[in-house]
Amino acid sequence: MVVAQSAGVLRWAGDPEGGAPFVEADPARPDQLVGFDVEIASLFARSLGRTSQFVNVDFRLIDQSVARGDAEIGMSGIEDTPARRATLAVTMPYYEFHEVLSVRDADASRFRSLADLKGRRVATLGGTIAYEILLRAERDRGITAVSYDDDVHPYSDLVIGRVDAVLLDNVLAERRQRAMQGFTIQPQTVAVGHYVAVLAPQNGPLRDTLNETLRAAMRDGTLERIFTKWRVWNDDQPKLYARLLAGEPVEPVTGLDTSVSVATMTKWEAAKRYFPSLLRASLVTIVLSCLSMALAVLIGVVIATGRVYGAPPIRAVLLGYVELMRGTPILLQLFVLYYGLAAAIKLPAFAAALLGLALNYAAYESEIYRSALEAISVGQLEAARTLGLTDRQILRLVRGPQAFRLALAPMTNDFIALLKDSSLVSVLTVLELTKETQIFATNLGSWVLPGSMCAALYLAMSLPLAAVARRLERRWKSPTA
Amino acid sequence: MEVADGMTSVSASDPPDVVDVVLRAEGVELRRGARIILAGVSCEVHRGELVALMGPSGSGKTTMLRAIAGLEPFHAGRIAVDGVTLEGGVKLSTATLRELPRKVGMVFQFHHLFEHLTAIENIRLAPVHAYRVDAAAATARARELLKSVGVDHRADALPRELSGGEAQRVAIARALAVDPPVLLMDEPTASLDPLRRTELGELLHGLLRQRRTLVVATHDEEFARDFATRIVRFRDGLIVE
Repeated sequence: MVVAQSAGVLRWAGDPEGGAPFVEADPARPDQLVGFDVEIASLFARSLGRTSQFVNVDFRLIDQSVARGDAEIGMSGIEDTPARRATLAVTMPYYEFHEVLSVRDADASRFRSLADLKGRRVATLGGTIAYEILLRAERDRGITAVSYDDDVHPYSDLVIGRVDAVLLDNVLAERRQRAMQGFTIQPQTVAVGHYVAVLAPQNGPLRDTLNETLRAAMRDGTLERIFTKWRVWNDDQPKLYARLLAGEPVEPVTGLDTSVSVATMTKWEAAKRYFPSLLRASLVTIVLSCLSMALAVLIGVVIATGRVYGAPPIRAVLLGYVELMRGTPILLQLFVLYYGLAAAIKLPAFAAALLGLALNYAAYESEIYRSALEAISVGQLEAARTLGLTDRQILRLVRGPQAFRLALAPMTNDFIALLKDSSLVSVLTVLELTKETQIFATNLGSWVLPGSMCAALYLAMSLPLAAVARRLERRWKSPTA
Repeated sequence: MEVADGMTSVSASDPPDVVDVVLRAEGVELRRGARIILAGVSCEVHRGELVALMGPSGSGKTTMLRAIAGLEPFHAGRIAVDGVTLEGGVKLSTATLRELPRKVGMVFQFHHLFEHLTAIENIRLAPVHAYRVDAAAATARARELLKSVGVDHRADALPRELSGGEAQRVAIARALAVDPPVLLMDEPTASLDPLRRTELGELLHGLLRQRRTLVVATHDEEFARDFATRIVRFRDGLIVE
């Protein structure tokens, strides 16, 4: 493996979407990054006699990105976990945090711990220690774990009532509380974790050098100055530093039994353990796709009919709809539907996902049906008219059925595309196949096995579908063939 | 089947026809842009006639058929078919559109059978859906019609599986399913060999014996001479003889 290493530059990966106090664009100068991880990266670079260079990487992919050499170091509030220790070179911890529960102000006295949240929805950021804790609590305490792709929407959904609690680092919870009202952070600590920097497994020597830098910064107060500046310095840090400087071992996580982490299992054990949840996620994928497609077909037929038979203003409106839905990213539409409209209409995640996919695909379906309707020869329609059929009957009995046969192949295509696009709804906290695979891969520290299992499951869903469509097509054959 | 009974006059101004005249055109004019297609066509067709409309391509005979069938709006004049009147320059009323198919059937040059339906389904579609005939009765009648045009063995074939001659007969049966007194045909012999052409002529004569009236647009002099009871010649949108 090639590790990017140009002389004079230390490339480090982070995600500015996570925001302050870790990494964020300077509000005063958006082309500049600020945050405590930015300052620690500069500290590392200085100690190596280099300058730091930032590489923008999605939070969930920082490990993989570092492992494949896009950057030498990954930071951004990265948690110390047994999986990371097993698959990457991990520095010593430089910050200790607490996993804390946040609940709506009104619930502060009744939801004090996970034990009080039986039957409730508890949100967190996917692929984190907090998510692991919630998955355990799902099994042991009967809560429902809800995984988000970012650390802002769990809190906004908490306030509007989509979830009943959020479990996240105290750093994130406190930062959110400064920007948003309506929730209370419970004082009880659910687990204790640490932030580290990660490097590719073969970069052990560089990691050791960085550890020396960290030790020096702990001794001389550099870290204290940085964390104080970002308002996250507290009494836990000097205690952590004292233990580290005394050479005591520090467990990655306390409060979560990590002895059964998949990272330490054999691949086959891990596969066996995750297979049921991948199957469950496949069920979500197939049910969501079938319902969305059915709705998309229904709406698509209405739009196509309106565009072929409607008055000019109706046609213009429908054309506008089609162009809007085709011309903007489906991800944006999902966000607007779920988060953007939340103030006006609070759709449940699954309903929003279903509706979002259906509304988007309806635009594509309607174009298929419109062109299929227009492909039916005028002669067919005139023959029907001379027999006394009304326009509506002609559409239902002559034009529609023939158009449907023409539309079948492109529809099958779209359904298979929808099956795969359904992975996008994980941004709305719907746990479908791709998301579940990602969680598996994060915990395992590898994509090979989870990726293969995921691909096999998608194919198991799409291949039979394509076969049915082909058989139907053969039976009907194109009438003009 | 009772669809052809009960003549409904939709135009009060129209005097009751002499019993014999089933189709009357008066001064029918039709333009496409600046081009004049029909320049004031007038004619009468009597019940039981087989009238051949002849003339060079573009002389207006097919357009005339389409105007009678209500497929081609015309700008002036009027057409009356067995009590239903189409006025030129006026959008056809819903009542007229509903009545006209019971009076006039059309067999297109390319048949235009519904591609997704079998022969027998093509025939029973309109009776069942447009005229609310009981499904079993419509099927029985469709079978009878197929038999009368000699293709009952092809009842379950799809249009793409039929030969040109078979498709034409199914199209005739389909037009007759609604039992119209007048049947219009556009170039019926265009794709038939001499033997099939004679068979068609005999089939049409059988229809005349049922007191049906046929108006046939054709280029086929021989067919017209052998089977038509009268020949009407078109030139430049006018009847010349």
